[in-house]
Amino acid sequence: MSVTKRYGFAGAAMVLLIGLTFVIPSFSSYQLATACAYLCGIAGLTLLTGAGGQLSLGQAALMAAGAYSYALTANTMADAGTEGPLLLLVPLAAAVIGAAVLGLVIGLAAGRLHGPYLAGFTMALVVALPAVTSTFSSVLGGDQGLWITVEKRPASLRGIVSNEAWQAWLAVVCSVLVLTLLANLLHGRFGRHLRAVRDNPVAAALAGINPARTKVTAFVISSAAAGMGGGLLAYTTQSAGPGAYSLVFSLFLLMAAVVGGIGSLTGAVWGAVLLVALPHLISTATSRLELSTDLAQRLDGNLAVAIFGLVLVLVVLLAPQGIQGLLVRAGRRLGQARSVSVPPQSAKSAPSPASSTPTRLSARHEPEQLPATPKGQ
Amino acid sequence: MDRFLFLTFDGLARGAVLAAFALSLVLIWRAARIVNFAQGAMAVAATYIAFTVTALTGSYWAGLAAALVAGFLIGALVERGVMRFVGNSSALNPVIAGLGLLMLIQAILGMVFGNSYRTMVTPFSSNPVEIFGITVFSSYDLFVFACIALLVGGLVLLFTKTPLGLRLRASAFAPDLARLLGVRTSRMLTLGWAMSSALGALAALLVIPTELGLNPHAADTVFVYAFTVAVIGGLDSPAGAVLGGLAVGVLLSWVSGYGGATLAPIAILLLLLAVLLVRPGGIFSMTKERTV
Repeated sequence: MSVTKRYGFAGAAMVLLIGLTFVIPSFSSYQLATACAYLCGIAGLTLLTGAGGQLSLGQAALMAAGAYSYALTANTMADAGTEGPLLLLVPLAAAVIGAAVLGLVIGLAAGRLHGPYLAGFTMALVVALPAVTSTFSSVLGGDQGLWITVEKRPASLRGIVSNEAWQAWLAVVCSVLVLTLLANLLHGRFGRHLRAVRDNPVAAALAGINPARTKVTAFVISSAAAGMGGGLLAYTTQSAGPGAYSLVFSLFLLMAAVVGGIGSLTGAVWGAVLLVALPHLISTATSRLELSTDLAQRLDGNLAVAIFGLVLVLVVLLAPQGIQGLLVRAGRRLGQARSVSVPPQSAKSAPSPASSTPTRLSARHEPEQLPATPKGQ
Repeated sequence: MDRFLFLTFDGLARGAVLAAFALSLVLIWRAARIVNFAQGAMAVAATYIAFTVTALTGSYWAGLAAALVAGFLIGALVERGVMRFVGNSSALNPVIAGLGLLMLIQAILGMVFGNSYRTMVTPFSSNPVEIFGITVFSSYDLFVFACIALLVGGLVLLFTKTPLGLRLRASAFAPDLARLLGVRTSRMLTLGWAMSSALGALAALLVIPTELGLNPHAADTVFVYAFTVAVIGGLDSPAGAVLGGLAVGVLLSWVSGYGGATLAPIAILLLLLAVLLVRPGGIFSMTKERTV
């Protein structure tokens, strides 16, 4: 897909989603905003893990860094009497920068690790997060976290859109920007370098690519995307606390990236939708059933985690390319059936490369499987 | 000085548990080249079974036996049911499968037993006793030491002195050659997972009563600590896991004793960072773990 086409798609997606907020109820707008915030984090993980081959469980900690950066900046500015768009844009920028700086620090160490080592280190990062917030509780608010003074929607829009719809607008615009940037990076020179380093670091080094620098850069970019997601969550929920960025949340983000299809940014979109929709669907379904309070309390939350875990295991075993991989394969089958109609056997004897050689997970996707825009085909 | 000694001994007791848990990670790594991220959840599941058995029979020892048996079966089940089919073509696949299992097991435990913390009984008092005027071990600490020493000693004997141990080592180090020589490598792999899981279950059963209590997430921190220990010791080295476990236990005890308990996870993070930067393969490692 050409760059112009990609921008066209991005613009269309933005207009479509913003238009959607006029139709859907305000709770759905809130969900849309949350999904867009998650999407930033998941897309960052897609770049890092899918294209870079570095498995990080620390994405929640980096989103937390974004949320706290947002909170601290916004509260300081509000105390100083700042108002208007500045109180929105500067904290968002701070969220991205704050997470990127943390990502740089971690990346300098993590860029030298691989496989389970990196996963374990980033897991320690998430587990240590509550300890960090309570150690610096005078600044970070301990277990309670921080309440944030946020800039509300502009006065001219009041009465026209709900607060939730306004939050969704902001989240849609930011996440589409993040995804377009990531897509441009993945399709450009940096993406090629990243995949080269993932597939064979020695060959990449011989070709003049600096593997360490490429890995650290990937970490910083991924962290910046996560920081944007954390900033958006901070704005939407008006709070930043350690409880929201637990190990389970980190695993959820990884689950979303893997289940959506870790080879592609479109997969990240499916993952984000799933991450918001599935728990909602499950809780709606269980609330329909006549359950005792005790049982309902036990099912609450746990059922979603169980299904996510099961899905994650099944995806690794059965469909390593995730939802997007399945869709691409189904699309190819359809296309083949249409183009090779006579004789019908030829479609069978010449199966598509995707179906004849089932690729094992993320690590081996082709560049053309990386659609550029958040809305996909 | 008294406080220093007390913290050191207390750290050794906690370290023994970390050593056992790290050793269980090392066993799987040696057998299958997999870091099992579900190990903590599997151990907690076995601990819940022990808790239930103790509650039903009123005997701690029945619970202990149940934990070992349950751990053994859970390990075998996970290997036969999931890990066998994951494949090792990418280092990420087993990790992701392990994380899926982690979520699944924790959620099932939460649904069956609830998310609240439960207190577990211990067979011995955990109040420290005084020897020559210095408070050192509690009798529970000694019990923990004895259990772990017994099991680790048993494992060492099994691996070095028995034909079964030879077959286990052979199928871990040269699976193809071992198969050619008539070793049922697939069965050995399952056995390795089962033994590792039983060891993890014992470690969790011993450590959980001294922590906050039994909870589906009770082993999250323990897993991270044990992973750190395993990395420090080198994932390939059982001796490294044991020594690293004791060292990390003492270090953690000093940090929480002098600096406050909240600092322990931060200390672990920094320690892990330092070790991974200086010697990514671990202090005791023989093989090269870092590329480029």
